[in-house]
Amino acid sequence: MISKRQTVAWLSPFLVLVLLFFLVPLLYMLITSFQYSDGFTLAQYQTVLTNDYILQGFTNSITLSVISAVIALMVTLFAVYAIMRFSEPMREKILILTNLTSNFSGIPLAFAFIVLLGNSGLFTLLFDKWGIDTFSSFSLYSWGGLLLIYIYFQLPLALMLLYPIYDGIQQQWKDAAALLGASTWQFWMKIGIPVMLPGIVGTFSVLFANAMGAYASAYALTSSNYNLVAIRIGSLIKGDIFAQPELASAIAVILAVTMVTAMLLSEWSISKTRRKL
Amino acid sequence: MKKRGFADLFFLLLVVYLVLPVVATMLYAFATNWNKTILPEGLTLTWLAALFQDAEFIQAFGRSVLLSSGAVMIALLVIVPAIFVIVLYFPKYEKWIQMAVVMVYSFPGIILAVGLIRVYSKFGVPMILVVLGAYVIGILPYIYQGTRNSLQNVNARQLIDAAQLLGASKLQAFTKILLPTVYPGLFAGALLSFSVLFGEFVLINLVVGSRFETVQIYLMKKLSTSGHIASAVVFIYIVLMGLLTYAIATLTKRSKGATNL
Repeated sequence: MISKRQTVAWLSPFLVLVLLFFLVPLLYMLITSFQYSDGFTLAQYQTVLTNDYILQGFTNSITLSVISAVIALMVTLFAVYAIMRFSEPMREKILILTNLTSNFSGIPLAFAFIVLLGNSGLFTLLFDKWGIDTFSSFSLYSWGGLLLIYIYFQLPLALMLLYPIYDGIQQQWKDAAALLGASTWQFWMKIGIPVMLPGIVGTFSVLFANAMGAYASAYALTSSNYNLVAIRIGSLIKGDIFAQPELASAIAVILAVTMVTAMLLSEWSISKTRRKL
Repeated sequence: MKKRGFADLFFLLLVVYLVLPVVATMLYAFATNWNKTILPEGLTLTWLAALFQDAEFIQAFGRSVLLSSGAVMIALLVIVPAIFVIVLYFPKYEKWIQMAVVMVYSFPGIILAVGLIRVYSKFGVPMILVVLGAYVIGILPYIYQGTRNSLQNVNARQLIDAAQLLGASKLQAFTKILLPTVYPGLFAGALLSFSVLFGEFVLINLVVGSRFETVQIYLMKKLSTSGHIASAVVFIYIVLMGLLTYAIATLTKRSKGATNL
């Protein structure tokens, strides 16, 4: 057994750190969002909900997050299906590659896309030379470029989350279904996909949250020009002249509520899949 | 089969999409001139050499290593014992750690930065220490996963009790029996944490800024001034991440049963 004193000695440094660098800052942020001089106010929230610019930031972030999550999810759903049929060593290599690219995010990722598609990027020049004009309407430094980058960092995460869910589909189920006369298509439509559905929904929420909270790539690419929630918060706390911590806190609280909801939804639905498998 | 080809196509698309930016950036780091042709006109080591002669970069690299490894060390010293105590002696409270993991994972840097600045900027605490503390908590999910995966394979409580019955002290049982068992998984978790922190930009940039220039901040600065130097930085970064990923994969394989690191 373990004595009370030992327990306290082992646990308290950890609890203190959680308190100091996680709970207290978040709580203080919540309080700040209701603060006006020394009184209580809902004005920050009113501003957030009525200010067109901030609302546009939310709309842009949500659109970007949903679309990038859906595309990444669709691509990986098929890709994982293909990966599952490879040999074990091959699958391992693919997972290592996925892990490597999952580290490739933020500023380095934004830079890689500048090299490929920036103003004097490889593809930009290449398409120019070939006289392909589709790229003249495309700008890396705006919505289109951000979408490509967001899809990029969603893909490895989607793959890592979907892989174990696919892995749970047992060969016996397929055999049994085939024995009873089901086609592969029927198996996936009637058994495979329905079993995996909560897991897929869970994966979608993680991806959504992942994109909602992303900051570095968008900042590196557009500095503060493209209007996203994360970028808004960043410029409200960093703005040397117009720092508005109260407003930033209110936006951050709303973003946090969105993200925690998405994460809890994913926890709940992924654990539902695991129980079934 | 028709559908098989369809899935393979998506797989191929995925691999090309993931690999192309990495390869292009790495190649760009060695290119003399690359604005008119499909492949670079020539290869050179100038950019890498210039980078390594830049004291500013070397210092930034040192700061990144120091900050990331410092946070990982503290996490190992503080978080791992706490996880052990809870898993071994208070298993019913483990769901609290799991909840903390989900919470930490749900609050990205951009949200945490608001609170950290609000609380600590007026106390005169060095903000770099604040970021260090936030990093320690930020890697809780990876450390927890690494420890937990390894603990699952052994009946840790019985091992400890047996060791103590045979005359080992609690500390001996802990360091001689338990630690070697969880070592590979834990080490993999530590390396993963290091690589995540090495790439962190949001907190360090918003909370501390250029007063503590890490590799990420250095890279951000070079982004607008020199594409070739920036690509050399990214090259180094990718090589480092590659080595870490390889080490993590090897370690994870060794600690069997670790499924999702």
